[in-house]
Amino acid sequence: MKTTRRSLVLTGAALAFVAGIGLTAQPAPAQAEYPEKPISYIIPFGPGGESDITARLQQPFFKEKFGQDLVISYKPGGGGAVGWATLNTLKGDGYTMMGVNLPHIVLQPQQKDVGYKTDDITMLYWFHYTPDAIVVTDDSPFKTLQDLIKHAKENPGKVIFSGSGKGTAPHLAQVRFDKLAGVKTTYVPFKGTGASVAALMGKQVSAAMAFTTVAANYEKTRLLAVAMEKRHPRFPDVPTFKELGMDIVSGAYRGIAVPKSTPEPVRQKLTAMIKAVNEDPAFRKKMEEGGFAVVDYAHGKSADDFLSSFAKSVTASAKEAGLLK
Amino acid sequence: MAGLEHLLAALTPINLAFALFGVVAGTVIGAIPGLTATMSVAVLVPLTFAMPTSSALILMGAIYTGAIYGGAYSAILLNTPGTPSAIATTFDGYPLAKKGDGDYAITIACLASVIGGLVGALALMTLAPPLSQVALAFGSVEYFWLAIFGLSLIAALSEGSLLKGVAGGALGLLLSCIGVAEVAGDVRLTFGLQTLLSGIQIVAALIGLYSIPVLIDLVAQPGHHLQVDSGSRGFRLGEAVRYLWGDKINTIRSAVIGTVVGILPGAGGSIASLVSYSEARRTAKPGQAYGKGEPGGIIASESANNATVGGGFIPTLVLGIPGTPPDAVILGALLVQGVRTGPSLFTNQGEIVYTFIWGLILATILMLPTGLFIGRYAYRTIITLPKALLVPAIAFMTIIGSYAIRNNISDVIIMIVLGGLGWIIGRFGFTASPIVLGLILGPIAESGFVQAWTIGTATDDRFGMFFGRPISIAIIVFTLFTLLSPLVLARLQKIKEQAHAD
Repeated sequence: MKTTRRSLVLTGAALAFVAGIGLTAQPAPAQAEYPEKPISYIIPFGPGGESDITARLQQPFFKEKFGQDLVISYKPGGGGAVGWATLNTLKGDGYTMMGVNLPHIVLQPQQKDVGYKTDDITMLYWFHYTPDAIVVTDDSPFKTLQDLIKHAKENPGKVIFSGSGKGTAPHLAQVRFDKLAGVKTTYVPFKGTGASVAALMGKQVSAAMAFTTVAANYEKTRLLAVAMEKRHPRFPDVPTFKELGMDIVSGAYRGIAVPKSTPEPVRQKLTAMIKAVNEDPAFRKKMEEGGFAVVDYAHGKSADDFLSSFAKSVTASAKEAGLLK
Repeated sequence: MAGLEHLLAALTPINLAFALFGVVAGTVIGAIPGLTATMSVAVLVPLTFAMPTSSALILMGAIYTGAIYGGAYSAILLNTPGTPSAIATTFDGYPLAKKGDGDYAITIACLASVIGGLVGALALMTLAPPLSQVALAFGSVEYFWLAIFGLSLIAALSEGSLLKGVAGGALGLLLSCIGVAEVAGDVRLTFGLQTLLSGIQIVAALIGLYSIPVLIDLVAQPGHHLQVDSGSRGFRLGEAVRYLWGDKINTIRSAVIGTVVGILPGAGGSIASLVSYSEARRTAKPGQAYGKGEPGGIIASESANNATVGGGFIPTLVLGIPGTPPDAVILGALLVQGVRTGPSLFTNQGEIVYTFIWGLILATILMLPTGLFIGRYAYRTIITLPKALLVPAIAFMTIIGSYAIRNNISDVIIMIVLGGLGWIIGRFGFTASPIVLGLILGPIAESGFVQAWTIGTATDDRFGMFFGRPISIAIIVFTLFTLLSPLVLARLQKIKEQAHAD
């Protein structure tokens, strides 16, 4: 009988353990000393991706400045749509926020009924983007972007880009690149940037339409051009598309949103906190070292204007790519 | 051996404590269906920010390896794989437990896991840079053919009716199409339901298809869940060691398969254990009854899935390309710490890497005593708990587990619906495994096919793309061999018998 009781205790302990993992901290009403408890930060993708990594980079700075943890949890599915569709059903007390990605929230609702509209999302801050970039291996015959364009002109369709998924930032960048450079290339979608880089390193494709972060994280790769206004501080030798005569400034933007029911004063406070993290020089340095590009479009006019102009241009590219009717 | 000084670095009390805690926590988490290795590592990530890099890696590696082993408990005792890696463990583990040898099955699983884990870790220590090239040699088309090879296992797994197995596999493939398509991004087969938008999650399907029928049968049938012999028999360690020694070729072959499949970023523990299980079964000695409680089946599955831990770290650390989903999380944690992976990690920051590998080896060895003890408790719990407690406890875990995968209630609904469906079609002789196989392999086959077709079209050589690459040809030949050899052998046997009769 003794063993039975011990087993029961053990099972109980195991269950308690599970409960601790399965449930995120329950938010309580906001009070004077906001924030007085950890803030739940939901990432609508799986762990290990760039949305996760950048949230992880914010985590220690937030804790240091405001004394509370950001508790990151994941709600992946439908390319983020599952998370965003539930955002407004969550408690709007300032203790729940969610990562938001572009071009996802602009394109998904236009493609199909995914349970949310772009306007349903209450944005607090767009804090960075990973600029699109053309990546090749160290030993690639393409030394410059001109080499690649020349080869593509002579061999229509034979320059093959790997990229992460369809209707994504890299895919749209490839469509725009084809148009502006006057070439025809082939785009092969892979599951995520890691797989698209693996295809590049395995010499399955000529180049990867990926991000500046790739060159920061993978040895034996180099960038031919980056889709930024100015050169990336970590890659001062890599030209922008603009310098080369192509107006491509694009990438995957990431921001933070809250449930619609969050009161305006709380939105303001939380925005100020995210802003403080984003403006910390040490945080910016970490982000830049990782290949990200920090931006500051805060809640209100700044974020609204940015989103509407972004939505206009990305919708146009998506129509060109045949992704939208 | 690379650097004994790194062994000493790994042997600090704090690193040992991390290894021990990681293995114990991982084993418990892994044993609970729905709580996967990926999640257990992700939960730890914030804790690792303040740690030295090698200690953080040891902790995450230990919990990962523990979780892969822990998946065997529920596979053996409840016929429900605790993690997807343990699917193949159910094939022989549960029948063995049914016969009253659950304790023996768990000890076998523990030993096989330790050996598999050590083989994988040793490969990581000694051969990582050259082996990482395997990850790059495997292109889209190779993944397509690997998935086709995986589907050929349905033939081996279909007890009784091949037709029913194929039908189950086809159903699994169809189910895998639901939701947002993996590479093309279009939304398919959701019938306008939000619930189906995120697709059928493999772990939710595993819990539903395997666990719910067991639960229903527990309630519907009188008598004990597992047959129990009277009296305590200890760990039955000697018996298990003797068996493994006798089946050493299987043990080592499975560990090698696990290591290699672990290196492939698109595969993972579930495919590793299925491939090695099928190999074990194909080469079965006379008298070995695979699928009916043959310890060799547990060895094949468990040795292979723990070998994927070390194998998966190879492309993760050498190339920065995660070998398995938990590796992606570990890679993310490393990036936050400011550690850049790549070939130079081994040369410039060798102390971090080798201290970690020694830590992983120590954690794997620690899994032997802790695994045996926890396994014994798990076994005793399951056999001594009265049904009135066992059934609600398992039912509770299936719901918590399927919710916890993605914090999504849809997964719970899908789990229950599939569970009911699984029980009903089970009455007509369909088994869960071909469905799950279709569900796991469908997306791999689909994206591999789409990518290979696109690249083949761009280079005007579709035929060469699919049938002209050496690794592809090898996989095709192997698939045909696996499929046709039983037929040919049976034919030859018949001819021989006829010759004798004449």
